[in-house]
Amino acid sequence: MKKTVLFGTLAVAGLTAAAASAATLDDVKARGHLNCGVVTGLAGFGAPDANGVWVGFDVDVCRAVAAAIFGDKNAVEFVPTTGETRFTALSSGEIDLLARNTTWTMSRDTDLKFDFIGVNYYDGQGFLIPKSLGVTSAKDLDGATVCIQTGTTTELNLADFFRSNNISYQPVAVQTNAEGQQQYLAGACDVYTTDASGLAATRATFENPEEHVLLPEIISKEPLGPLVRHGDNEWGDIAMWTLNALVAAEELGVTSANIGEMSAAPTSNPEVNRLLGTEGDLGAMMGLSADWAKNAIMAGGNYGEIFERNIGENTPIGLARGLNAQWTDGGLLYSPPFR
Amino acid sequence: MSDTHAQTVAYVREGMLEQQAPPTKEAGAIRWLRENLFPTWLNAIMTLVAIYVIWYLLSGLLPWIISPTWFSGSLSECREILTGAGQSTHQACWGVIRDRWDQLVFGFYPQELYWRPVLALVVLLAGLAPILFGRFPKWFLGFSMASPFIIFLLLWGGPIWFPVMVALGFVLGAVAFRSAVRFNQIVGVLAAILVPILFWLFLAEPIADALTSVLPIGLESISSKQFGGFLLSIVIGVAAIVLSLPLGIMLALGRASDLFIVTKLSVGFIEIIRGVPLIVWLFTASLLLNYFLPPGTNFDLTLRVIIMVTLFSAAYIAEVVRGGLAAVPKGQYEGADSLGLSYWQSMQLIVLPQALKISIPGIVNTFIGLFKDTTLVLFIGLLDPLGLTSTIRASTDWNGIYWELYVFIGLMFFIACFSMGRYSLHLEKKLQREHR
Repeated sequence: MKKTVLFGTLAVAGLTAAAASAATLDDVKARGHLNCGVVTGLAGFGAPDANGVWVGFDVDVCRAVAAAIFGDKNAVEFVPTTGETRFTALSSGEIDLLARNTTWTMSRDTDLKFDFIGVNYYDGQGFLIPKSLGVTSAKDLDGATVCIQTGTTTELNLADFFRSNNISYQPVAVQTNAEGQQQYLAGACDVYTTDASGLAATRATFENPEEHVLLPEIISKEPLGPLVRHGDNEWGDIAMWTLNALVAAEELGVTSANIGEMSAAPTSNPEVNRLLGTEGDLGAMMGLSADWAKNAIMAGGNYGEIFERNIGENTPIGLARGLNAQWTDGGLLYSPPFR
Repeated sequence: MSDTHAQTVAYVREGMLEQQAPPTKEAGAIRWLRENLFPTWLNAIMTLVAIYVIWYLLSGLLPWIISPTWFSGSLSECREILTGAGQSTHQACWGVIRDRWDQLVFGFYPQELYWRPVLALVVLLAGLAPILFGRFPKWFLGFSMASPFIIFLLLWGGPIWFPVMVALGFVLGAVAFRSAVRFNQIVGVLAAILVPILFWLFLAEPIADALTSVLPIGLESISSKQFGGFLLSIVIGVAAIVLSLPLGIMLALGRASDLFIVTKLSVGFIEIIRGVPLIVWLFTASLLLNYFLPPGTNFDLTLRVIIMVTLFSAAYIAEVVRGGLAAVPKGQYEGADSLGLSYWQSMQLIVLPQALKISIPGIVNTFIGLFKDTTLVLFIGLLDPLGLTSTIRASTDWNGIYWELYVFIGLMFFIACFSMGRYSLHLEKKLQREHR
């Protein structure tokens, strides 16, 4: 009896799987909230605080997309995912959007059948060493013991870097960032390597941060971005243009402080007007309301505000904008025009 | 007394000697030390070495543990407190336990509703009491049977009618069994299984919905995603323990049965479930099932985990109970048969009570393992206490905290598992019949 039900469910599931995954926006609207996959806990990028409220750089992307759709930044349910479960959760439809410091690579885009909707943080792999070692360049690290998280792209990057520079190293495998931190502090390895943003956050927690330095070499490109399933371009567009709206808002000087004033009546800048929906109707092209971008920006501010609040120089993590500055300031952030 | 002899025989002692204290070597603490710690030279040396090792460990641990940081609000504040007190900063920072206590215990359960899990725990303990300790009035057993539904209602909330309908299904099953068993044993069992299932499938939901619209009583609904910390561990652990025991016993009986299909199915189930690591089953529950279920179906992840953990532990229980069944002498089975008892009667009255008594240490051992295995859910993104450690570390206040959380979580698990072990010893003593 139970088995028949199960098999029946499976058969129906197989039939409906293809059809139902087509219109994510309709599903999300019918459900009344967005399911957003996030990290289980990464300083600055996503974690629940003491009251269970999710905060972080990636989390704010989720909130912006939810606000663009529903006009309510809290219409989102956060699904904590691990490195192993994140892709399955997305492709099986458990989550609609994955914003979990995931590196954009070709195989993930093609083979795993996802669409990266942009880059919200340009990262790269760096090295953290004690000042007392007196090393100033990663090329001097011949024979060093290196703490490295297993099963990540950082492990492969490290092997590539040392091989291309013809120097050797001794890997010390760690599972998580916290473990790497402990091993490094306990002296189990000379060098700790992971994404530079993670190293900065790690260093900030040390008792004497000034005794440790980040080496100048960045040995890999780690463009971290949110992603959606392949095959639903309308949904991908919504996520992509929400992210673009946050970036464009910073470029155009739209902040959470002045957005009320700027969206009340058309301003002298037509691009701002189109973005905020006071001129034209860009939102309708995606099936959203005219003030979609305004809602997205009001959720947590523009890109710059989100950055400063979560990981910027005034937070304990203290990351400089670097590559993540606007293209007008020498960074890589460049939103296509809103037209 | 000795007056007579005193005059007649000179060498007979007059009166008794006063009783004297034993020599200091043979009394009190010194005797205990001599007997237990320093009986021979070799043992004396071993004792001294052991004392040194214990002292060495404690002298390292205690200064770390005894740290005046309970009221600190962040790791840097901890360091300030310790530096201010002129102590080394290599000491525990216990503030994290105080700051995140609620989260470690209740996860993301709404703060104003904490009384519900607490009350659920009280109901659980009260409901278990007659089963664990016996000698309770009969009406109390009724409360025990109702307690799972009360606990469900308290934890997840929602309209009261849903658990009521589930309970009603069981009542209907019992009624169906009573009325059908008069015709035939097998018909009775079939009725007891089919009637509730049909009721739950077709009638329960409409009735519950109708009743909800007429009489909307209930508690605020809480989704499983808000469960976390020890609440999650205990919910998964207790549910799996309670459900896996009957299932395991049925599987053990099935494996020992003479019926071909029943035996093979039981053996297949047990071996397949037992032959694969639990973490694989958890990944199956969290990842693979998603592909088979239609998109948008909300098959609660916690429920999936409970089902998987239950099946896993049932396979182990089945093997433990099978050992118990095999240890019951054959004469007991034959005696039951010769009394003309049916299969179920002989199992219920003669074989199982003996087999289960023998299996108690093994069963409790499995349960202790199961309870600790609940921490594996961290790998599928559920925030149990271990999963919360990374979450807590992700806040800038506590990034860098490591051992404090693990020590605390380990202690909590130790308390739970140690109590289970003690209870098993108590039960074994109580049920001991052979050597009185």
